[in-house]
Amino acid sequence: MDKNKSLTDVKMHYCTGCGHSVIHRIVCDVIDELGVREKVVAVAPVGCAVIAYEYWNFDVTEAAHGRCPAVATGIKRVLPENIVFTYQGDGDLAAIGTSEIIHAANRGEKITVIFVNNGVYGMTGGQMAPTTMVGQRTATSHKGRDITRDGFPLKISEMISILDGVKYVERTAVHNKEGISRTKEAIKKAFNVQLNNEGFSMVEVVSLCPVYGAKSIKEAYQRIDDTVTKVYPLGVLKG
Amino acid sequence: MTKAKKILITGNEACGEGAVKAGCRFYAGYPITPQNELTAYMSRRMLEENGVFIQSESELAAVSMIFGASLAGARVMTTSSSPGISLKQEGISYLAGCQLPAVIVNIMRGGPGLGNIAPSQADYFQSTKGGGHGDYYMVVLAPHNAQEMFDFTYEAFDIADKYRNPVMILSDGALGQMMEPAFVDRKDKAKGRKQKNWILNGCKARKPRVIRSLYLKDGELEARNKDLQKKFDKMRKDEVKFERYKTNDAKLIMVAYGTSARIARSCCDELRKKGKAAGLFRPISLWPFPYKQLESLDKGKTKFLVIEMSAGQMVEDVNLAIQDRKRVYFHGRMGGGIPDEKDIINLANRILK
Ligand SMILES: Cc1ncc(C[n+]2csc(CCOP(=O)(O)OP(=O)(O)O)c2C)c(N)n1
Repeated sequence: MDKNKSLTDVKMHYCTGCGHSVIHRIVCDVIDELGVREKVVAVAPVGCAVIAYEYWNFDVTEAAHGRCPAVATGIKRVLPENIVFTYQGDGDLAAIGTSEIIHAANRGEKITVIFVNNGVYGMTGGQMAPTTMVGQRTATSHKGRDITRDGFPLKISEMISILDGVKYVERTAVHNKEGISRTKEAIKKAFNVQLNNEGFSMVEVVSLCPVYGAKSIKEAYQRIDDTVTKVYPLGVLKG
Repeated sequence: MTKAKKILITGNEACGEGAVKAGCRFYAGYPITPQNELTAYMSRRMLEENGVFIQSESELAAVSMIFGASLAGARVMTTSSSPGISLKQEGISYLAGCQLPAVIVNIMRGGPGLGNIAPSQADYFQSTKGGGHGDYYMVVLAPHNAQEMFDFTYEAFDIADKYRNPVMILSDGALGQMMEPAFVDRKDKAKGRKQKNWILNGCKARKPRVIRSLYLKDGELEARNKDLQKKFDKMRKDEVKFERYKTNDAKLIMVAYGTSARIARSCCDELRKKGKAAGLFRPISLWPFPYKQLESLDKGKTKFLVIEMSAGQMVEDVNLAIQDRKRVYFHGRMGGGIPDEKDIINLANRILK
């Protein structure tokens, strides 16, 4: 038995109500339950989760902004027996790293991607992300996201789910109990896809930033139910 | 002596074979002229050797892939030409920051911008003065024939591992595409290589490891940088390489590397035939630059003629070595132009007058 649990004792720096703390816990629980901690090599992003290595009790590296899937590709090809996953925000994955995620998925890399969609750039002060809702105010969309200038929320999960190399894609949310347990099941499924050597797997977790983009956590939760999950419907997209 | 035979091979392929023999089993790259033969060669050789070849979606991705493969313990290489090397600067800075060994090859072409596909040496500054962000250096080796394309690449992997730092092979389109005889069958270092003791491969029977370049705590990053600088100082001391050709009695010493050095060498021979005391100093490690070794050739009246396929980049380092700038002359061609022997000999004659 592996007695060292996947989460360290270090107190997380995340703001109260931040989705990252919850999602870290879920990922670590899954790794513990699968008993694969000693096989994991994780790739942390540039974003609020940049110091995830403080909280994760397994091997971790940290990629340049957006490049996690390419770094994970390199690791997994050298260590096909290991479990390699990336953990990325929506700026990291859906803006600067769009090319890397699409092509890693299309090559069918046997890696798992945890895609945290909180609708903003948390770390740099709440700027608009590709996933920001139409009309949503952010530090760089003062009058709200305007489709004539900023385009529409980008649907990366839908985009990659049509690719042949992709085995499993699911979108979940973590703003309520059911969502949390569904997220855990999805992440477990995604890791199992990798363990069984089946192909690329990704879970998009609709999360929230308690500081930027909403006046209160309550409002952020409300937006997830009212708008975010309408634009980004939850469920299995592939697999 | 072994029975090794020379074969006819392009510089690009000699470079690839040097990597394979050095134990490189992970290559990622994106096509760009004039280094396409190298990518194609690696695609074939990685298949034959059971290694990994990935034609990446971009140079940004290629360098990130070798970043991942390097931290997982493989000997890794990526290659490109000037515009692609610009994209790789992000990854090179991260490799240096994370202390990861890797070999990066630049088969230079004309710039700036898309430029052209003719040979050039205009990426000297980018390679030797830190093309990416932050305080870092890497050993930069400049081959001048197919044999050195093989030898230096073969050796680069050891240097990269020794310092846990990227190493660059800086060559150009002429050297890459020209065919020459070379020995390319050295011992294959893939066999019996010990596993590195710092890699990420799962924390079985050990504590988890972290490979990162982020240091946020007060003073932490400065301390990290001081450690890196110690490493760079050691490279400055131990990794200087150069060649001297007929410099002992030379009144005029040409300073050139790569393709320019080949032209300079034949100019020296021509001048010698006419009784003119010309010699060549060829820096092989462009970083660390052989400042002292060049300086030691200055007898007070010696003239120096720097020849480059650029507007004058290495000449700045020569000026650091030779304090009396009045005795340092420069001849350069840009945008794919190749220095002409006649022009150089005429200039040399004028300088020696
Ligand atoms: C090349 C580069 N560009 C920009 C940045 C600055 N930056 C750091 S984090 C970040 C956005 C992160 O947002 P997201 O991926 O949504 O993650 P979150 O912080 O919301 O969890 C940006 C733009 C950087 N570090 N590197």
